[in-house]
Amino acid sequence: MSSSDIYRELILDYYRNPRNFGKLDPHDIESRDSNPLCGDEIEIQIKVSADNKIEDIRFYGKGCAISQASASMLTELAKGKPLEWVKELSKQDILKMLGTSDLGPARIKCALLSMKVLKVGVYGYLGANLEDSVNH
Amino acid sequence: MLKSQSLEVERIRADFPILKRRVHGKKLVYLDNAATTQKPRSVIKAISDYYMKHNANPHRGVHQLSIEATEAFDESRRRIGRFIGATAFEEVIFTRGATESLNLVRFGWGVPHVKEGDLIVLTIMEHHSNIVPWQLLAAEKGARIEFVRITEDGKLDEEQFEELMSESPALVAFTQCSNVLGTINDVSKLCSLAKRSGATTVVDAAQSVPHMPVDVQKMDCDFLVFSGHKMLGPMGIGILYGRRSKLQEMQPFQSGGDMIKEVHTSGARWNDLPYKFEAGTQNVEGALGLSAAIDYLDSLGMDKVRQHEEDLTAYALERMEGAPGITVYGPKKASERGGVVSFNLGDIHPHDIASILDEEGVAVRSGHHCAQPLIESLGIAAATRASFYVYNSREDVDALMSALAKARRIFCI
Repeated sequence: MSSSDIYRELILDYYRNPRNFGKLDPHDIESRDSNPLCGDEIEIQIKVSADNKIEDIRFYGKGCAISQASASMLTELAKGKPLEWVKELSKQDILKMLGTSDLGPARIKCALLSMKVLKVGVYGYLGANLEDSVNH
Repeated sequence: MLKSQSLEVERIRADFPILKRRVHGKKLVYLDNAATTQKPRSVIKAISDYYMKHNANPHRGVHQLSIEATEAFDESRRRIGRFIGATAFEEVIFTRGATESLNLVRFGWGVPHVKEGDLIVLTIMEHHSNIVPWQLLAAEKGARIEFVRITEDGKLDEEQFEELMSESPALVAFTQCSNVLGTINDVSKLCSLAKRSGATTVVDAAQSVPHMPVDVQKMDCDFLVFSGHKMLGPMGIGILYGRRSKLQEMQPFQSGGDMIKEVHTSGARWNDLPYKFEAGTQNVEGALGLSAAIDYLDSLGMDKVRQHEEDLTAYALERMEGAPGITVYGPKKASERGGVVSFNLGDIHPHDIASILDEEGVAVRSGHHCAQPLIESLGIAAATRASFYVYNSREDVDALMSALAKARRIFCI
């Protein structure tokens, strides 16, 4: 698949009208990262339910259509899922979500930035909770 | 129409094997020359000839090959020096590129000379490589940095520059040509103002030496840096020009073989200029490749190279002015800028534009162009940049414009 095939109506719709865009207060998880090459920025905030599920999730950021649409679609996908689900999330899942088989090395980072942010946030939260339970 | 008034583009293109290749099934339209340029056959041949016929470690052996390598290396230094008007062999130092040249000045001159409370003056249009070494130097020494602003039309605020000179800065570093705006600074004037205030001057010529006649004597700068790969030469070779009196008062940068005269268990004595700053076995193939690149540019004539790029830039600016949704940054007149056109198209992110352009075989750069302070001062997140060289034609600009029209269609603007 050529890289410009990614610019389909669906992606552009998510880019122009991002779902779950904004900040979430209060939140239990906050994570952000940027892609130094592109200047893409993604921040994700999550409210965690009592049974360790993603009760609510929002993203905030700026960047190219691929990074922003990917983040928006990912928040929709993640909502209601157990935190453990995030651990299983892979590059292939993101490509499938975007409806493409490959993006090439230059643009794949844009697509995967939000997954990285989500994983870092959730791993940090699970790690911190683990420490809490060990300490108590 | 491939013939410009100044250069025979079609003939030039035949010298660059890579320009024949196709990208995504389309003719390659290479407009990323401010990042790096393509290489003519003569440069590639100079490098392969060196390895096929003359390779040896220069300055070390007395055998025939070593003598040949030494002579070729020395001759390339003279050749490169003549190209920028350097009068002395000793004033031309080989480095890995403009970035290493700037770091050499930071360690060799900056560390022993810049003191606590000193002022370092930069401009907001500098490439990161002409900012970060000075930030680290300032942090180490407790010096402070002031950035000269740009005016609304993308030119250096010379009034502010003059004001800052009244504060007697220790060091003033500025670009001759912005890699984003294309703005050509009046370096002779800036050097003269800086010199009068007692400052040491560093000129980043990475975007000027490849594109226009440059003369370090006329400019009267203390240091000037550029890279080989941005001017048809190979990667990994660059130049630091330094005024002899400045180079003499400097400490070595890297240390090891070749930069010493004598080494004893009690200490060492440094080699003479320029070798004092060239530790270890040097990039001889790079020096020969750069020398061949300069032969090629001189055969075209740097005045004509400049004229050609000015013509192309004027054409690109004219086409972009007539196209909906395009914002161009930098001076309005092509005569005031190098062959670099940075722009945004509507609210489309430059990386999306670059992807769509790539699909059409058009290679451009997108992002912050290693000039984040400038990009921030323009109030934007990123820009797309087309940059020209000797093998580009108006047809390349036309290809760029039709690819941009495709981007406009995809994003419905």
